[in-house]
Amino acid sequence: MGSNWLQFVASGVTSGAIYALVALGFSIIYNASGAINFAQGEFVMIGGMSAVMLLALGLPLLVALPLAVLVAVIVALLVEKLAIEPARHAGTVTLIIITIGVAMFLRGLAQLLWGKGVHRLPAFSSEQPIEWLGATILPQSLWVMGGAALAVVALSWFYGRTLLGKAMRATSHNRIAAQLVGINTRGVLLASFGLAAGLGALGGVLIAPIAFTSYDSGIMLGLKGFAAAMLGGLGSFTGAVLGGLVLGLLEGLGAGFVSSAYKDAIAFVVILAVLFLMPGGLLGGRGSERV
Amino acid sequence: MDAAANVSETRSAAEPRWWARPRGGGLLLLAAVIALLPLVLANNYFYEVAILVALNATVCVGLNLLIGYAGQISLGHAGFFALGGYGSAILATRYALPPWLSLPLACAAVALLALLIGRPTLRLKGHTLAMATLGLGIIVSIVINTEDGLTGGPDGMAVPPLVLFGWTVAGERSWYWITGAVLLVTVWLAFNLIESPSGRALRALHGSEVAAQTLGIDNGRTKLQVFVLSALVAAVAGALMAHYAGFITPAKASFMHSVELVIMVVFGGMASVFGAVVGAAVLTMLPQALTVLKDYEMMVFGGVLIATMVFFPQGVVPTLAQWWTRRQT
Amino acid sequence: MRFIKFARAALALAGSLAAAGGALAQEPIRIGAFLSVTGPAAFLGDPEQKTLEMVVERINAAGGVLGRKLQLVAYDDSGDAEKARTFAKRLLEQDQVDVIVGGSTTGTTMAVVPLVEAAGTPFVSLAGAVVIVEPPKKWVFKTPHTDRMACEKIFVDMQTRKLSKVALISGAGGFDKSMRGECLKVAPKYNIEVVADETYGATDNDMTAQLTKLRTSGAQAVLNAGFGQGPAIVTRNYRQVGLTLPLYQSHGVASMEYVKLSGPAAEGVRLPAAALLVPDLLASNDPQKPVVTAYKRDYEARFKSDVSTFGGHAYDGLMLVVGAITRAGSTDKAKVRDALESTKGYVGTAGVVNMSPTDHMGLDLSAFVMLEVKGGTWSLAR
Repeated sequence: MGSNWLQFVASGVTSGAIYALVALGFSIIYNASGAINFAQGEFVMIGGMSAVMLLALGLPLLVALPLAVLVAVIVALLVEKLAIEPARHAGTVTLIIITIGVAMFLRGLAQLLWGKGVHRLPAFSSEQPIEWLGATILPQSLWVMGGAALAVVALSWFYGRTLLGKAMRATSHNRIAAQLVGINTRGVLLASFGLAAGLGALGGVLIAPIAFTSYDSGIMLGLKGFAAAMLGGLGSFTGAVLGGLVLGLLEGLGAGFVSSAYKDAIAFVVILAVLFLMPGGLLGGRGSERV
Repeated sequence: MDAAANVSETRSAAEPRWWARPRGGGLLLLAAVIALLPLVLANNYFYEVAILVALNATVCVGLNLLIGYAGQISLGHAGFFALGGYGSAILATRYALPPWLSLPLACAAVALLALLIGRPTLRLKGHTLAMATLGLGIIVSIVINTEDGLTGGPDGMAVPPLVLFGWTVAGERSWYWITGAVLLVTVWLAFNLIESPSGRALRALHGSEVAAQTLGIDNGRTKLQVFVLSALVAAVAGALMAHYAGFITPAKASFMHSVELVIMVVFGGMASVFGAVVGAAVLTMLPQALTVLKDYEMMVFGGVLIATMVFFPQGVVPTLAQWWTRRQT
Repeated sequence: MRFIKFARAALALAGSLAAAGGALAQEPIRIGAFLSVTGPAAFLGDPEQKTLEMVVERINAAGGVLGRKLQLVAYDDSGDAEKARTFAKRLLEQDQVDVIVGGSTTGTTMAVVPLVEAAGTPFVSLAGAVVIVEPPKKWVFKTPHTDRMACEKIFVDMQTRKLSKVALISGAGGFDKSMRGECLKVAPKYNIEVVADETYGATDNDMTAQLTKLRTSGAQAVLNAGFGQGPAIVTRNYRQVGLTLPLYQSHGVASMEYVKLSGPAAEGVRLPAAALLVPDLLASNDPQKPVVTAYKRDYEARFKSDVSTFGGHAYDGLMLVVGAITRAGSTDKAKVRDALESTKGYVGTAGVVNMSPTDHMGLDLSAFVMLEVKGGTWSLAR
């Protein structure tokens, strides 16, 4: 029993890192447009499935992975130009429905191009589980966690130190003021989509060796990623990662100690409790309300 | 002489006749459509689609009051729909209550549940409210799926037919009239609410919650009233659906179903009762029409959704109404 | 003069040819189908649809049935029982089909049963749960082995290996829950004790928590009653947490996709499957050998993907219906139903089928073979 709880934690952290990567994408687009992008899960799926396809064409892993991310970024840029930008003056609810339509469209396209099968990528380093104090974790899980951590660091640097990043931050705080100082807010939105998709696709290739990928794997990932982002505080990057980890841990510990059938319900109950007490999430996003 | 003529002209220009107003005229049109549609419904399959449209439209009219008029969001409304259906099914089978009793009891129970969870939930706003309703819907879905002793689990459970005053409601024609009547009543109730003082409070609330408060409107109570009403309407539709189909599955409580309902409302037009009806009608019939496309169906459906929201950002009915009034002037 | 004679003869010939062609251009036999081609059960419905299309084409190319062409009207219900019901109604009322082959899942099948019973149309289901044919319904038949049979086959194998304590782990889907329920029911019959019972969600990506709990349960074997991608993750996690107990999977993952996804972790896993998966390993006098070899070859050549037992169920369903129509000599629904019910000795991909008024499935335990994964491919378990 002693080592069991450690395995529950390891299991939770593995899932949690996956959710964290997806949640980051939600926060990026929320910061840029104030809307929830329900197609975020599909960007993750595109990353994974493209990598599978490129690998099947014979490309080596090191080439296939960045190419897969590039595919997702290109798709996101196209989506933004054709579906989001024409409706940028509509309300957030309309934008949300458009992203839902985009998600369906991408899923349908994936189903046509890549079929309905489930696929797996080979692990990046080794398939041998690492054992520690009676609990085991796959090396690929460490890759996922590393990827999430790296993403947070890179995003913080990007938003804090680069001009484009600062422009994005300015736009998210006050779009009109940003336009007044000469920031191309449309370009900012475009770049945000590309960035969120790239991050999502990176997550997709990282998790494909352990969680597999298929044309509809984006649905659940999108949902859990959104929940994780809300839990941590929509708009905050550290919040997204924290939310993802907490969600994963709730599931792992819930399955281990309480009931494996109800673990998702337990996780959601806790999220709801947190939101009732702290509507801004654990790390709170932009909480001000204009009167 | 001129002044008197002017006065009467301005009065008739400002106040359209009762049949030109949405409530009177639109309701009449809807009743006419419902009454005359059977002339073109060739077989039971078409009746089935019509019944599904009526049930979806009923839920959407209620949901529209919450989303369009009160400005709240619910991504878990399928939960109320399914609870109404399962409630009536469980009471009728495991507790052997007659359906004319199990249905209202189940719907009352759902309304009570909405009342209890509504207070804390509606204090949240925007995306947090979306997440909270989403979470609640998923919890309902998981419970239904897991408690298979009570609900039959993922494969669902059989539901006995509806028996009203000794008459077993069977066959698509009877159900068509029942669901059509329920839709008509729901639309009429919606209009009554909108044009009442509560309705005005609702719209004030949507415009600005703080401003509404300063006018003395009890935001919490108003929001809760609409929430409970929309939940009740959804539960009634869910129970009717269960007894009509003779079957109910947990898929009715799924996140996907909740999203479908919201899409219908936004597509048809928020803050438009007939928009909700049109949205439900189009999006219920579209998958049936798109079956010819087989593998392309999902793509085309997504594409239609995107295109419609880009070109009709307010939703179909309000945008069309705007175009119409612009042509008038 | 000779030209006129020739022209008259030619016209007469053309006329009789046209008449013959007209006779062939009779009412086609309409086969209705509702399948879960997309959605969580696409694993089932996709090969089923492909198989039905392929076989209908082949039959039509060979002249059809009773001189009439077959026309397939198929809809995708995405695994949703209500959509399945609506499509079944469409098939019965709008498309006026003569017979229905479909229902990839138990949920979609059961939703349609009242409709076909009321409409008096023969319906061959492609779903697994025993509840479909128990109690037998007049117009409803099914082709796949029941989940109860899978449990029994596994328990028999456990008995021969002297294992008596089993831990169950299953998913949240209909197939999983149904099979878990059946296994719990029949275990005592084989003196098998169920010492643990864990579950996971359909889209979960890590089951190490549940498997860790199984490790300390005293089980001598583990049975994963699952379907979809979950069992592959369970299998990989199984080796990850160091479990070495015998692992049994269900017939729901009897496919190369499961083996490929699980990788080396699948070595030694046993599961009950139809002979369709191992045509080369069948004895040369096995009556199923020619049928499954031909179907596997045709399917893999046409669709460039591994053959699936679920596609095989659709094959059997269609062939049973065609056989019944041929024997009944017409598409009269009652006659076709009677002919279906009296099917004897049909050799299909699932086994040899002998139906009766009390048995609308017609397979017995011998129709299953116990397979073991060896060297990344199937072998017969010894």
